[in-house]
Amino acid sequence: MIEYFIRRLLGAIPTIFIIILVSFFLIRLAPGGPFDFDKSLAPEIQANLNAKFHLDEPVYKQFGFYLKGILQGDFGPSFQYKNYTVTELIGQGFPVSMQLGLSAMALALLLGSAAGILAAYRQNSKFDYGVMTISMLGISVPNFVMAPILILLFAIMFSIFPAGGWNDGALENRILPIVTLALPQIAYIARISRGSMIEVLRSPFIRTAFSKGLPTFYILTRHALKPTLLPVISYMGPAIAGIITGSVVVEQIYGIPGLGRYFVQGALNRDYTLVMGVVVFYGVFIILLNLIVDLLYGWLDPQIRLQGKKA
Amino acid sequence: MSQPTKLIVGLTFACFSALLTSVSCLAAETFAAKQVLHRGNGSEPQSLDPHKSEGVPSANIQKDLYEGLISESPDGALVPGVASSWTISKDGLRYLFTLRENAKWSNGDPVTAHDFVYSWRRIVAPKTGSYYAQTLAPVLNTEEIIKGTKKTTSLGVRAISNHQLEVTLKGPTPYFLGLLTHSSTYPVHKASVEKHGDRFARVGNLIGNGAFVLKEWTVQSHILLERNTHYWDNKNTRLDKVYYYPIENQSSELKRYRAGEIDLAEGVPISQMPWLRKNLKQDLRIAPYLGIYYLGYNLTRPPFKSNNKLRQALSMVINREVLTEKILKTGETPAYGWVPPNVANYQQVEYEWKRWPMSRRIKVAKELFQQAGYNKDKPLTVEIRYNTSENHKKIAIVIASMWKKHLGVKTKLHNEEWKVFLASRKAKKTQVFRSGWIADYNDAYSFAELLHSSHGVNDSGYNNPEYDALLAKSARESDSNARRGLLQQAEKILLNDYPVIPVYFYMSKHLVKPYVGGYQDNVMDHHYSKHLYIKAH
Repeated sequence: MIEYFIRRLLGAIPTIFIIILVSFFLIRLAPGGPFDFDKSLAPEIQANLNAKFHLDEPVYKQFGFYLKGILQGDFGPSFQYKNYTVTELIGQGFPVSMQLGLSAMALALLLGSAAGILAAYRQNSKFDYGVMTISMLGISVPNFVMAPILILLFAIMFSIFPAGGWNDGALENRILPIVTLALPQIAYIARISRGSMIEVLRSPFIRTAFSKGLPTFYILTRHALKPTLLPVISYMGPAIAGIITGSVVVEQIYGIPGLGRYFVQGALNRDYTLVMGVVVFYGVFIILLNLIVDLLYGWLDPQIRLQGKKA
Repeated sequence: MSQPTKLIVGLTFACFSALLTSVSCLAAETFAAKQVLHRGNGSEPQSLDPHKSEGVPSANIQKDLYEGLISESPDGALVPGVASSWTISKDGLRYLFTLRENAKWSNGDPVTAHDFVYSWRRIVAPKTGSYYAQTLAPVLNTEEIIKGTKKTTSLGVRAISNHQLEVTLKGPTPYFLGLLTHSSTYPVHKASVEKHGDRFARVGNLIGNGAFVLKEWTVQSHILLERNTHYWDNKNTRLDKVYYYPIENQSSELKRYRAGEIDLAEGVPISQMPWLRKNLKQDLRIAPYLGIYYLGYNLTRPPFKSNNKLRQALSMVINREVLTEKILKTGETPAYGWVPPNVANYQQVEYEWKRWPMSRRIKVAKELFQQAGYNKDKPLTVEIRYNTSENHKKIAIVIASMWKKHLGVKTKLHNEEWKVFLASRKAKKTQVFRSGWIADYNDAYSFAELLHSSHGVNDSGYNNPEYDALLAKSARESDSNARRGLLQQAEKILLNDYPVIPVYFYMSKHLVKPYVGGYQDNVMDHHYSKHLYIKAH
């Protein structure tokens, strides 16, 4: 197990290197630089700024400097937010995005799989159709529509929650963003778990269980649940990576100091170091989460474990 | 050298009386027990170091954290800041500022003339890499220092004593005092800059001399300022706390405003204007602002190179009233000249054809268009390039349709992401391009200089030696009337040359809760928190 884990981690190094390489050159290919504004800078000042951030050096040398920095855990200073380094910005933004994302995911997993499993168990019932219709809505209504509706309802009309802001992470400031983030995930998970449950319920071992006269609740939770969750888990890996590194839209609308905004703002400002920082961070994250998903798979599905042993 | 003449500047009187009125206003008002203001502030500020930042969000907060030699009253009039008085030599080249003895940094250190010498040398020093080093261009040797041909110590600023600062200018600059309200001329606390370097403008390190001090800064969430008890005028500061929120999305800002979380909204979503006019009329503050929205012609390439008649024809057929009143509907003023109305010491210059009926304008434009070599058989095809935005797109479409209708011009619309667009404009890859300008100081020169042949933002490539010469002459002129005449003469030349199409003059737009007191509209759109307070409500 540990050997497998380490092997996978080492295997990720070339992937990360390629991510760094491609994004480093791609962002530099975009016209315009970090110090281009509608006001013009004196050429001498521009030259000084370029020199300060090594932008006057050949690109391969800049790449060398960057790699050296990363190996020392230093993503460099942000070009845009001058009082902060990229590491500090990620350090401030990531915990916020992670807390929101994990809460949203937990909520989605709980509600989504419960709804999906019940819908499958009562296939073609009114409940099933209801869940499927609502989940279709959840998937097709984008969060930039959902968030303003929630704000209008719960912040402006009923004044239950604040319309935005973070307020150092107060509970009431978290609820609307978490719900906004969770809604489409609930819908996805409900649909995936329903499909999966229907398949599992038709498999011989469940029929055997039923014919043995075991109670339904017992069968659903002890026998059917684990295999049902397999496709959900494989969906969760990249979904968690996406959701906890922040959603640009949700963060913008609710004014949340997360990581998501930096992806877009960094690119728009040509804040090279910030863009690189978040891209590399995100890349590493996805790789790690995929690895965790693979390990979880082994735990959930004995067949995979067995095949592993045979190999 | 002329003997310095003591000028008890009329201005001081003006503001003194303004101050008196505002004091009497204050007396009549009852204050809320909790003096906390929540301000929307556009995007996250780049930095709170006044010498290393660009943009309105940074400047808004810096106005509260620092104070320059000159400050502004709520209506935008210039008032003494750290300098309690000043004298100007007859030739307008030498300013002697007397600094307040009770001006203090937020740690209690006195603010001295040496602080200004240090700070101004810092902003122009090439190694600082300040975006706004050129603000001090009127000061002797600034440009040479930026270029690296002279040492920073040669800058025309000298501390005569702890409380006397002498500034020597390159030429008489009537707007110099106004320039000193700009955040880039604010002083920084030498000891903390030297100790903390780039990190001095952070919580715990930042020592300012303004009415407020930095208490909290959570990037992308909020910045909290608190009353600076060492501020010389602290007794007149009403607010105890000011929160600044970076909210880029104006619709989100409006929602937070409606939910009562924000007292002063920095922007207004244009698409919601009709709703706002109906439902939040008393909160909506739309006021003239010193800025212009224009289209530029690329004069370095055909078809606009050496084709004045074509440029004129295209400009004449644009019905700016339709654009501002029927399309934008946000109160902007149609522009028929280059320098906006309300600029200090200036009389607007406008196209003569502004007063013509539209039919006559179209008729003349058609003739000019033909003379320029275009007609139905040989139609003009032209591209308008703009940075991606719904608003710019809307304007470009309307203008294209006016050109099509009256002159048969085929227009291609081309949008680009902001930085790509800036690069295309600079590289002169354009034909007709969108642009806008907001004045850094209240003077016609702030607009006039844009089209000087050597100016970095002159993306039209306009180059008329006569125009440049008039600007240079105005910079040497110390008589304000004569100077105004020269700038007007220059503007006439500029308008006749048609390097740009003025479209409209900007308006500032904010939402201010009725319980926020001390807020006044002003053309620079500067609103210091020290003037604001919360009424009992």
